[in-house]
Amino acid sequence: MATDEAPALGPSPAGAGTTAIECDGLVVRYGETTAVNGLSFDARSGEVLALLGPNGAGKTSTVETLEGYRRPAGGRVRVLGLDPTTEHGQLVGRIGVMLQRGGIYPMLSPRRAVELFAAYYPRPQDPVELLDLVGLRSVAATPWRNLSGGEQQRLSLALALVGRPEVVFLDEPTAGVDPEGRLGIREVIAELRGQGVAVLLTTHELAEAERLADRVVIIHHGRAAASGTLAELAAQSGAAATVRFGSASGLDVRSLSATVGVAVTEESAGRYRLDDAGSPQLTAALASWLAERDAPLSDLQTARSLEETYLSIVGSAAAAEPEPEPLGTGRRRGGRP
Amino acid sequence: MRALSAQVRAETYMTLRRGETLLLTIGIPVVFLIFFSSVHVISTGTSTAVDFVVPGILSLAIMSTAMVSLGIATGFERGYGVLKRLGTTPLGRPRLLGAKVSTVLLVEVLQAVVLVVVGLALGWSAGGLSGAPAIGEAVAVGLLGTVAFGGIGLFLAGVLRPEVNLAAANGLYLVLLLLGGMIVPLAKLPSGLADVARLLPAAALSDGLHGSLGTAGTVPLESWVVLALWAVAAPVAAALTFRWE
Repeated sequence: MATDEAPALGPSPAGAGTTAIECDGLVVRYGETTAVNGLSFDARSGEVLALLGPNGAGKTSTVETLEGYRRPAGGRVRVLGLDPTTEHGQLVGRIGVMLQRGGIYPMLSPRRAVELFAAYYPRPQDPVELLDLVGLRSVAATPWRNLSGGEQQRLSLALALVGRPEVVFLDEPTAGVDPEGRLGIREVIAELRGQGVAVLLTTHELAEAERLADRVVIIHHGRAAASGTLAELAAQSGAAATVRFGSASGLDVRSLSATVGVAVTEESAGRYRLDDAGSPQLTAALASWLAERDAPLSDLQTARSLEETYLSIVGSAAAAEPEPEPLGTGRRRGGRP
Repeated sequence: MRALSAQVRAETYMTLRRGETLLLTIGIPVVFLIFFSSVHVISTGTSTAVDFVVPGILSLAIMSTAMVSLGIATGFERGYGVLKRLGTTPLGRPRLLGAKVSTVLLVEVLQAVVLVVVGLALGWSAGGLSGAPAIGEAVAVGLLGTVAFGGIGLFLAGVLRPEVNLAAANGLYLVLLLLGGMIVPLAKLPSGLADVARLLPAAALSDGLHGSLGTAGTVPLESWVVLALWAVAAPVAAALTFRWE
């Protein structure tokens, strides 16, 4: 397949499914503080990978190391087969970056900013089409400092895309963005995936990871606490599997339980919980049992939400690895009451 | 080349659209030029006040653009994360620096044209009594001054927080304006202060422009030496200490 390619120049050119980002045992330190402590994951082209974790988990440190802003204290990172710091010059034309905050001349309008950035790249996207794509055409002439927070974020996204990157890094892309803006950003990310771009994004919001990502790496205290597709993560969780649905209040839960073969409880009036992962058989049995009684069925949640998984993982990791006590307070607490 | 020219266009656009920058680079020099040429506040030792004031105000213009305007803008660009963001584009630091230098030179040309026109209208006789200004030497000493002041501006921008840098650059501007022989001849300063002032780039530049554009028709050696030292030391200090984030 790639036998005629020049060897020893890293992996084959990015195409569907080739590895675009490698992060192997990454360690990032700031002085005495270890922000990232042995983090490993990779991302393929045409894939959206989310780094999910609470604030201070090490997400931005990881992304900025992959962007070449800092040298790893340990481990190995490659983007498109290149070292982000030593081969920075070869890499910058092939990646798109959205910083967590700022990064744009406050005086420039979206139109001017996109045209300026377009001039940096050999074959940029058309600035007008790009502004249409991110929904900024109506404010194309408004200086950045007069844009809303969401508009500023979408301009930042546009600038990340103007050079037709193969890998896109989005640090908290939907933070501070209104629901409509979020929808637009999600559509853009889905489009990037379709074009075979590898997208690495960070978020501290579970719902965003759930909506945006093909795979999620949950980061806690600078380590990967769990990773996988949403379904895989749900399966890793120790939380009990549940199916929830709404119907008329006061249904005969014992009869339903006997029919579907798992425990059923009415959590609140008209809200029911079944202790099951939600197999097709169970769903069918539930529906026919309700049909026999002419009872409505609403708001059926057949799988665990990522939230339960996330909280159980981050919660258990937090419990297993308590924050080190500063010496002063530790002594005080350890002393006599 | 396309990236560089786009960057120069954007930087020039932003420089000329900032009201406070225009005030600093064009407004104040023009007002000073007219005021100190018309009002004989200080005896200058030249046949007419305007003959002293034009070279002095040209020095002031170079200092305001290369040090204050460049430094403050760069400091805020660092504060806004613009410099960081540019670090992951193919623009690169050499072209960014090249664009900033080109923009400073463009603004200085604009300033020189305005100030020379106003000066001539006020009766400035370039070259003084000899009538033969050393234009080439004046341009050379102006370029050297631009490098020195640009280095100082970028040094401050690289180490101070943007707001502190703003205050520091403006404060330094005032001090160097008074100690720079730009509107007050160094001979009018107390001798100890004048000796210190002679080692600063402002006085070296204004002496150089007074010399080359005045009766002497040449730049004093001392100006070349002092400016050359600053033109090496300040950019080196900036390069060694500059923080991009």
